[in-house]
Amino acid sequence: MLEFLKRLFNPEPSSVTARERLRLVLLSDHLALAPDVVESLKADLIAVISKYVDVDAAHCDVTFEQQESVVAMLANIPILGMKPPARTPRPAAPEPPPMIDPSPASAAVAVEPEAAVEAPAPAASKPRRRRRRRAGVNAAPAH
Amino acid sequence: MHDIREDPLPAAPPAQQARGRCIVVTSGKGGVGKTTTTANVGVALAATGARVVLIDADVGLRNLDIVLGLEARVRHHVLDVLEGNAELDDALVSDKRVPSLKLLAASQTREKDDVDTNAFRALVDRLREKFDYVLIDCPAGIEKGFQNAIVGADEAIIVCTPEVSAVRDADRVVGLLGERVKITLIVNRLRPALVRRGKMLSVDDVNAILRLPLLGVIADEPGVIVATNKGEPIALDASSPTGEAYRKIAGRIVGTDTSTPEIPREATFFDKLFGGQR
Repeated sequence: MLEFLKRLFNPEPSSVTARERLRLVLLSDHLALAPDVVESLKADLIAVISKYVDVDAAHCDVTFEQQESVVAMLANIPILGMKPPARTPRPAAPEPPPMIDPSPASAAVAVEPEAAVEAPAPAASKPRRRRRRRAGVNAAPAH
Repeated sequence: MHDIREDPLPAAPPAQQARGRCIVVTSGKGGVGKTTTTANVGVALAATGARVVLIDADVGLRNLDIVLGLEARVRHHVLDVLEGNAELDDALVSDKRVPSLKLLAASQTREKDDVDTNAFRALVDRLREKFDYVLIDCPAGIEKGFQNAIVGADEAIIVCTPEVSAVRDADRVVGLLGERVKITLIVNRLRPALVRRGKMLSVDDVNAILRLPLLGVIADEPGVIVATNKGEPIALDASSPTGEAYRKIAGRIVGTDTSTPEIPREATFFDKLFGGQR
């Protein structure tokens, strides 16, 4: 409702919408056309996460998805277990770690819009207002 | 005027004399005005006295002859020449208004896949020895027709309208053209009044994405449609601001015009009242 009123009294020029759509679609296109970049991002991501937990590197999946107002990176990284505490005198991986979960799917980490990848330059303009609007749009179908 | 840069293709024979420049007019997306642009830029280039040949590479959908008003003069087409069924000189259609302009029409009854890429490249090389400018009207899409059209070109003019879809496709085409080709941009069908009211992407919006040297901006105005109806390219209309914009584009290509491309002004009430072309 608030969203509706806001649009009624302060309609966004359609060229702004066009600019935003163009930015998102090109971001998606460029990611799709740069598989090597995505691969190296995925490798770095796994390396960082592996510092804290054991991950199932063979079954990691990093994809990009164009959503309503962001391009989101979706990372599905199955976690096998905790890394043993760094200062324990015991050698690494003595037994199957106690935290292991029989269904790796539930241990998946999904990085959603919070980790949205934004284009460097154009996103800099008024990000705050846009974020709030996005939240409003998402809330709308619930009513 | 002559571009004497080295041909990057290893198979090409060493150029003894100054070769003409080969410029492909392309866009990715269809319907943005490639053919109209090719016709008008070609006419304007020829009007400077340069020897210009236009090749319609849109085999199967022959249109460049229509826009130029030369459809009744076409006897042979590009595939006749490529397959040895017609002499090149017989297939080149002369333009009655601008004698230094020639057209090599596309074949309406054939398909793009019928064009042999190497033969097309050889044809372009042949034409570059006879003409100062070889302009190629590229078909829409990025398939074989596009690949053929760009094979002999070392320059490209991207035609883009201020629309999300056109900019997206232009961006893709820029990526496909690669580093080898020198690319410039014509923003076509701009409506200044809509831009001012925030209802259309501006030239800056478009070029914030594409980041290409701007060759010119063409307004979306009735005169272009009227000229196309008659088969008289608007670049020949001395009183038309759009015709002037095309002539300036030609000047920038030749190198005689170093001015920054101007954004078309809005049509005034009096323009609409008295400027009505039929």
